[in-house]
Amino acid sequence: MKKLSVKSVVAIGIGAALFFVLGKVSIPTPVPNTVISLQYAVEAVFATLFGPIVGMLIGFIGHTLLDATSYGPWWSWIIASAFVGLVIGVVTMKMEIGEGLDTKKIVRFNVAQVIAHLLAWGLVAPCLDILIYKEPLEKLFAQGMMAGISNIITTGIVGTLLLVAYAKTVVRRGSLNKED
Amino acid sequence: MANIAILSYLKRDSLVHELTGTTKLIFFIAWSVATMVTYDTRVLVVLLFLSIVIFKISKVRLYDIRIVLGLAVIFVVLNNLFVYLFAPEYGVELYESRTVLFTIAGPYTVTLQQLFYHLNMTMKVACVVPVALLFIACTDPSEFAASLASIGVSYRIGYSVSLALRYIPDVQREYHNISQAQQARGIDLSGKDKVLTRMKNSVAILLPLVLSSLNRIETVSNAMELRGFGKDKKRTWYSQRKMQRNDWLAIALAVVVFVADMTITFWDGSRYYNPFL
Repeated sequence: MKKLSVKSVVAIGIGAALFFVLGKVSIPTPVPNTVISLQYAVEAVFATLFGPIVGMLIGFIGHTLLDATSYGPWWSWIIASAFVGLVIGVVTMKMEIGEGLDTKKIVRFNVAQVIAHLLAWGLVAPCLDILIYKEPLEKLFAQGMMAGISNIITTGIVGTLLLVAYAKTVVRRGSLNKED
Repeated sequence: MANIAILSYLKRDSLVHELTGTTKLIFFIAWSVATMVTYDTRVLVVLLFLSIVIFKISKVRLYDIRIVLGLAVIFVVLNNLFVYLFAPEYGVELYESRTVLFTIAGPYTVTLQQLFYHLNMTMKVACVVPVALLFIACTDPSEFAASLASIGVSYRIGYSVSLALRYIPDVQREYHNISQAQQARGIDLSGKDKVLTRMKNSVAILLPLVLSSLNRIETVSNAMELRGFGKDKKRTWYSQRKMQRNDWLAIALAVVVFVADMTITFWDGSRYYNPFL
């Protein structure tokens, strides 16, 4: 494995702290027992900015801390969270956000996050749940799909807005144009 | 936000606290794998008993962990409810027999097998929760990175974890400040607005938070680079302690539990203990 750069080490640490804090604040939705998980939007943005390994470890460490301080680690979902960061990071690799953001990049980011969430919550989490906890199939896939769809919407809206806003700040810093 | 439930390190004077972080980490991993694998009721009863004993030894009081415990109970109850709603006959399938106790409505009958399955499922969580909570409550966060490194995890990743632990309170405070400032400007995240509006509003909080975090990453990584972080292959830890006799005993217990668990669980080729056949 390639050695992690100092910046990656710090990005993982602070990204995981963000993941943890956002996981603790839940925004209620009309559907009972589901909350908007803002942490996945931030994980997606960090995975895009810093790459797959950072994304994966943010998901893994952040989610483990989150679970361990609430009801004991639920490993299958922790691994799914790590998987989300990994996939988004791989698909958006070498996409330089600092050099401006066009529609093509936004589409790529969203394709990445949809694939990642579908695979993670529709496949990885339920399969591991069956393997580890042997829960009934119907429940797991229903639960997984619900989480997946809600995460896709959250990451799609919040993640994209964050990315657009971030790209704007980067470009503005280097440009001499006084008008926005 | 002010009173969010976070379990943190509780300094006490107990046998569990005295163990090194490495021992606790190994114990915790062995324990959670053991409970994950098994579905054998007999094994689960023993594990549950042991985890309660360990909890007693640790001198952590139930009162200290009441909020977290409450969350765990809610989680388990909801999980059981969902399983029953989606698959009321799952236990019958698993244990290959059917003893109907009574019928609620339609397909929702209550069978002995289903109840037994729920009991096992609940015990699986109940076994791991005390040990997981103790792991957090009894391990000094500054020792945690050292223990990760000592079981072979790259010290860079260990350092990431301790950075995360270090910056959680900071990020939390910042989130709180930003969200109060934005609320003063009329941005609302509570249930009064539409979901989509709420999501858009959350960006108003997240954006400053993410940008300041990116700045923080820059500052911290520069500082670490200046101090030569990552130059050597290995690294020593100030908080690392030597293994004592009790550490080896605890590890031995973990190994015994783990091996016994695996043997009993896979002895007859089935993860279940079936009292119905």
